[in-house]
Amino acid sequence: MTDNTVLSAPPQSRLQRFAKGWRQNIIYIGFILVFLFFAITLGDRGFLDTRNLLNIVRQTTMIAVMAVAMTFVLSAGEIDLSVGAVAGLASVTTAMAISWGGLFFGLATGVTTGLVVGVVNGLLSTRLMIPTFLTTLAMMGVCKGISMWISGTASIPILDETYTSVFGGGNLGPVPSLVLWMVAAAIIGHILLKKTKFGHRVLAVGGNVVAARYSGIDTGRVKLGVLVMSALAASIAGMLYAGRLQSGRFQLGEGDELSVIAAVVLGGTSLFGGRGTVVGSIVGALMIGVINNGLILMGLEYSQQLIARGAIIILAVALSQTGSRQR
Amino acid sequence: MSDTAVQMAAIDKRFGGIHALRHVSFTARFGEITALLGENGAGKSTILKILRGVEAPDSGTITLRGQSFDRLTPQSARALGVGMIFQELSLVPTLTVAQNMFLGHEPCNALGLIDETAMERGAKTIFASIGVYIDPQAEVGALSTGLQQLVEIAKVLNQDAEVLVLDEPTSALSGQEVDVLFDLLGRLRASGKAIIYVSHRMDEIFRITDRATVLRNGSLVASRPISEYTLPSLIADMIGRQTQGLAAPPGPSAATKEVVLSLRGVTSTARPNPVTFDLHRGEVLGLAGLMGSGRSRIARMLFGLEPAVAGEIILHGQPIRISTPSQAIEAGLALIPEDRRRQGLVLAHSIEANVALPMLGALGRGPFVQAAKLRALAARIIARLAIKAGGGEVAANTLSGGNQQKIVIGKWLETRPEILILDEPTAGIDIGAKSEVLGIVRDLAAAGKSVIFISSELAELIAVSDRIAVVSRGEIVKTLKTSQLTLGDGHDGSLRAEEALQLIIQGGMNHD
Repeated sequence: MTDNTVLSAPPQSRLQRFAKGWRQNIIYIGFILVFLFFAITLGDRGFLDTRNLLNIVRQTTMIAVMAVAMTFVLSAGEIDLSVGAVAGLASVTTAMAISWGGLFFGLATGVTTGLVVGVVNGLLSTRLMIPTFLTTLAMMGVCKGISMWISGTASIPILDETYTSVFGGGNLGPVPSLVLWMVAAAIIGHILLKKTKFGHRVLAVGGNVVAARYSGIDTGRVKLGVLVMSALAASIAGMLYAGRLQSGRFQLGEGDELSVIAAVVLGGTSLFGGRGTVVGSIVGALMIGVINNGLILMGLEYSQQLIARGAIIILAVALSQTGSRQR
Repeated sequence: MSDTAVQMAAIDKRFGGIHALRHVSFTARFGEITALLGENGAGKSTILKILRGVEAPDSGTITLRGQSFDRLTPQSARALGVGMIFQELSLVPTLTVAQNMFLGHEPCNALGLIDETAMERGAKTIFASIGVYIDPQAEVGALSTGLQQLVEIAKVLNQDAEVLVLDEPTSALSGQEVDVLFDLLGRLRASGKAIIYVSHRMDEIFRITDRATVLRNGSLVASRPISEYTLPSLIADMIGRQTQGLAAPPGPSAATKEVVLSLRGVTSTARPNPVTFDLHRGEVLGLAGLMGSGRSRIARMLFGLEPAVAGEIILHGQPIRISTPSQAIEAGLALIPEDRRRQGLVLAHSIEANVALPMLGALGRGPFVQAAKLRALAARIIARLAIKAGGGEVAANTLSGGNQQKIVIGKWLETRPEILILDEPTAGIDIGAKSEVLGIVRDLAAAGKSVIFISSELAELIAVSDRIAVVSRGEIVKTLKTSQLTLGDGHDGSLRAEEALQLIIQGGMNHD
C-alpha cells in the first residue's frame, strides 16, 4: 500500500508539452534548417534548381522505400540488417529474369526474391528464436553471396524500356516515376502504421511484448510480418536501382542498411520499439539525401563527405533522442 | 559488546497521505533470529528500507554498534554491518561464485589487475566458516536457486555483515533446500550474528525464530519470544481487532447450480500436481495460498499462457483446448494479470492504444481501425470505471497505480467475458480503488458472470468470494464456502473468518 499509490504525474503545462513536442519533432525543424543552410550557401551553385531538387528525391527514393518498412521493424523492437543485400540480390534476379522470360516474369521474380528472404528471416527468428540482429546479419552475407554467384559478379543489362521507365528514369507527366514510388510508399506505410490493426499490433509488440501476448496478440506472427514487409520493400528498392541504372548488379544497395536505419531513427522512431513514424522516416531519408547533395555541391571530397555526414547524423540523432529517452 | 545489534526507536514515516509507520520500535539481538511479521502493508518493508538506508524516517533514531543516527544511507548501513538478502537474488548469473562475492571490491595484485586466486581463497574461507561447500569457480547461473541463496548469504557475510536481513528467503526453495538454509541460519545464530527474518510461512517462523515482532497498520503490536505464541494467537495478533474499512460483506450470493467451467486433473508442464475444480454461473471463486503456491499458474494455464498438457478443461459442457491467449479470449475468458506494469499495459502508450489490444477485431472492418470507435471505447471505459485521466490520448504511465489497474480491468470487461480471472487485482492500489474493484467483481457475479479471484489479502478474499479454494504446492488442498468461515456477525465474525482461513493456508503448508 505504499510506493506507487501516490505516484501520479502532475498535469503537463502547455509549455512542457510544446518543449516535448519540439524535441520529438526535431527532424522537421532540422530538415528545414539544413535545407535553408544549403539554400543560402549554395543557392548560386544550383542547389535550388528544380532539376537538382528532383535529383535529390530520385537518389533518395530507394532509401526511403526501405525506411518505410524499417519503421515497422524497429517499431516492433526488431532490426533488419539484410535490406541492402536483398536490394542487390533482387536487382540481379530481376535483370536475369527479364532477359530470360520477359517483363512480368522479371517483376514476379524480383518480388518473390524479397518474399522468400523475408519468410526465411521470419521463420528463423520466430521458430528457432534467433535474434533478428543475427538472422538478418547472416542473411546479408548469404544474399550477397548468391547475387555474386548467379551473376558471376558481372552487371546484367536490362533492355526492357517499359521496365526502365516505370522503375527508373521515366516520368508520369511532369513527375518522375521515382518520386511517385516514394510518395506511394509514404502513404501506404503511414496508413498501415497508424490506421490498421496490423500497425497497432506492431507498436504494442514493440512497446511491451509481454503485455501484447497477455492481450491475445500472436507476437510471432507480427514479427514475421514486419520482416517479410522489410524484405519485400528491399526487393522493390533493388528493382528501382536496376531500373535507374538499366542493369542488375550485386553492388547495388551495398551498405544501405546503415543509411536506412539512420533515416528511420533520425525521423523519430525508437530504436527499442513501441514508437514509430513513417512520415518522419521519409523526412529522415530526404535529409540524408539533402546533406549528401549539399556536401557534393560544396566541393567536399568523398572522404570529407563521409566525416561531415557522420557528424551531422550523430548530432541530429542525439537531439531527437534526448527528449524521448524512457525513464 | 552489548547483545543489542539493532535498536530502532520511535520510528515515524509517512508517504504522502499514508502513515506507514507510527512510532514503531524494533530491536534485534546478536545470537537471535527475530521474526518481523505483519500482513501486506503493515509496514515491514518500510522498516527494512529504513534499516538499509533506502528510506529516511520522518522521526526516530536508529542505533547500530552503539552509535545513534537520525537516518542511514545505503553505504553507511552496509559499513555498519547491515546485510540484506534480497527476495529477487542480486547475483550476476554469468559470473562465478567468487566473482559475485567480491563484486565491486575485487582484490587486486601488485599490477592493479584483479587477483582471481585471492578471490577464490577468500570465498573458500567464508564457505568453510559457515560449513557450506560450493565451488567458488562455478558459474552462478548454473547453480540451483537454493545454492544461489547460500551464495547470496556468503556474499553478505564477506562484506562483514553482523545483521542479516532475509525477506521471504524460502519462497522459491524446495523443502530440502529450506532444510539446508535453516541449518546455516542456526550456525550463524550460534556464531553470534543477528538475523531478521521475514516470512508469511508461519511454520518456518515457529521452526527457526526466537522472537516475533508483529506490526499491524504501521504500528507495533507486540514483540515477544516465539515460545509465548501459538499459531492462532500469532495470527490473531497479525490480523488484529479492526478491519480496514473494506467493502461490505457480499450481498446474497448470485451463484447458481449451473457449472460453467470445470477442470479435471489439469496440469501444465511445469507443475506436477493436477488441478480439479468447478466454477458456477454467477459465482466468485477465491484462490487463496502463499506466494509461490501456484495460484497464478492456474490462471496462466486457463488463459493459454502455459497450456495444459494433461487433464480436461470443460467449458459449458464441452471439452476444449486452450493453447494461446487468443483462443482463451475466443472462449469467453479474460485474465487481469498480477503484474499490471509488465503484463497488463504498454505503459508508454495511450489509454486508447492499450484498451484496443484485446479487441482489435471489433474496432473496424477489414484491416482498418476506426478511430471514432477506438475513441468511444476508451471514453466508455474511462466513464464506466471513473478513471481519473485527462482523456484517452494520455499515456498510461502518467496515471496512478489504481487508475492503471482500472484501465486493465476496463479493457478486459469490454471483451464481455463469461469468465473473468483476476490475479492480485488490488496489489499496490489505494483503499478507495480497492473497494471499487471489489464492487465491480460483485456486480459481474450478480450479472451472471463467473469470476476467479486470486489474492493474498485474506480480508478482501473473504469479502468478495462465494467459495474459497486453498492452493498449496500447485494443488487445491481444500475448498470451502465463505459462509462456513463467517459464522459470527459484524467485525468479530469477519476477523475470525480471516484467522480460520489463515490457519487452513498455513496448515496446507504443513502437509509436506
